[in-house]
Amino acid sequence: MKAEPRGKLIIVEGIDGSGKSTQIHLLEKWLAYKGVSVFRSEWNSSEMVKEITSKGKKKGLLTPTTFSLLHATDFADRYERNISPLLRAGHFVLADRYVYTAFARDIVRGCNPEWVKKVYDFAIKPDVAFYFKVPVDIAVDRILIGRPKLKYYEAGMDMNLSNDQYESYRIFQGRIIEQYDSLAESEGFTVIDGTLNIEEQQNIVRKKIMPLLEGHQTKARTRR
Amino acid sequence: MTRAKYKDLGKRTVEFYGHGIKNLQDIEIKGRLIVIEGPDASGRSTQIQEITTRLEADGHAVLNTGLKRSELVGRGILEAKRDYNLGRKTLALYYAADFADQFEYKIIPALQAGYIVLADRYIYTLIARNLVRGLDRTWCHNLYGFAIKPDIVFYLDVEPSVLIHRVFQKNSTLDHYESGADIGLSEDMYESFLIYQKRISQEFHAMQKKYGLIPINGNRSMPEIHNDLQKRIDGFLQRVGNQ
Repeated sequence: MKAEPRGKLIIVEGIDGSGKSTQIHLLEKWLAYKGVSVFRSEWNSSEMVKEITSKGKKKGLLTPTTFSLLHATDFADRYERNISPLLRAGHFVLADRYVYTAFARDIVRGCNPEWVKKVYDFAIKPDVAFYFKVPVDIAVDRILIGRPKLKYYEAGMDMNLSNDQYESYRIFQGRIIEQYDSLAESEGFTVIDGTLNIEEQQNIVRKKIMPLLEGHQTKARTRR
Repeated sequence: MTRAKYKDLGKRTVEFYGHGIKNLQDIEIKGRLIVIEGPDASGRSTQIQEITTRLEADGHAVLNTGLKRSELVGRGILEAKRDYNLGRKTLALYYAADFADQFEYKIIPALQAGYIVLADRYIYTLIARNLVRGLDRTWCHNLYGFAIKPDIVFYLDVEPSVLIHRVFQKNSTLDHYESGADIGLSEDMYESFLIYQKRISQEFHAMQKKYGLIPINGNRSMPEIHNDLQKRIDGFLQRVGNQ
């Protein structure tokens, strides 16, 4: 991963139901309250690629390789037009999922780990990467509580893990956790216990971010 | 017609440029992959038509593939390219997705079934374009590490000054990307085209050795080029048929 930007990049990772989006939302509110210029970027949200990816997903046409490359295209589009220029201009960027989501999912699907990592090596290393670690059963129960209809790829049905989509989802999420755990040390994740209550977790998050604010120009908060 | 043409081309394993694709590592293919590379308006498509006709007449099953023709993203790329703010890595990855889709759903199954796959460009054009646009060399080569090595790759080498006249005969205007207008080489489109095509050609020459590309003098007339290509392809098929 490449050289230093002037802004700060903070990312959150964790499986669905780990509570990461709640935490990044609270972090964003706090930074904004402190007058920090902050932007949010979400996984799989490039307008250009979204339509094609969802079409491919609906038709069940994706292979691990095309799945990986389409997500990389989506990420590159957001990275080149949004994340990178914002950082260059000195802003805070909060990313809900980053390249590690791709590493974990693609590797579980059978893509070569070195290949995937190289594909994404244009992306800078985050200043802080939070990993919200939750036992698979807790996270899966949070998601499946209302027995939602899972999507084909979301449930990992393309990997023939089980004929039952809920069972498949559980196995898939478990494997993703294994990948996150193995990335945690090498990538320097700040691991947060996602079973703690929301306030406790947010407290740890803010403490970790505090040093990044030093020397960062904050505009005076204006009341309307 | 020689007898060799009726012989089974023989089963063999595939060789990848890089890490390959997990579930394709141990496959066996019976067909052959022949690639024709070259810039726009170099006469590739005409050559491919002629060669296809000949190979089919000789009793071979032939599949044609090319860039931007995948069911998955082929049309998406055309739309995306109208957005001139599109990043270079984004476009590079998009093309890779298009290629991968055709590779897995068309090229590989056809080769397994014993087809001669005649590819109207392969990974080399994509790599050359990315390199000319300043993307990292190792990154570009790694990206296509899932592709297999073709049996033969021809490169239609056309002087940019000859090429530009063929472009005008074909389209009457210069294409934005094929003139490198997206990378600011010159204010003048004509000038930009020449510089861009020269750089692409340099990348091809650099790849010649690494990938064993066979340069074909593309400055000649279409029938002359066709005779040359056909002779080489027939010779190749005869050789593999006799092995």
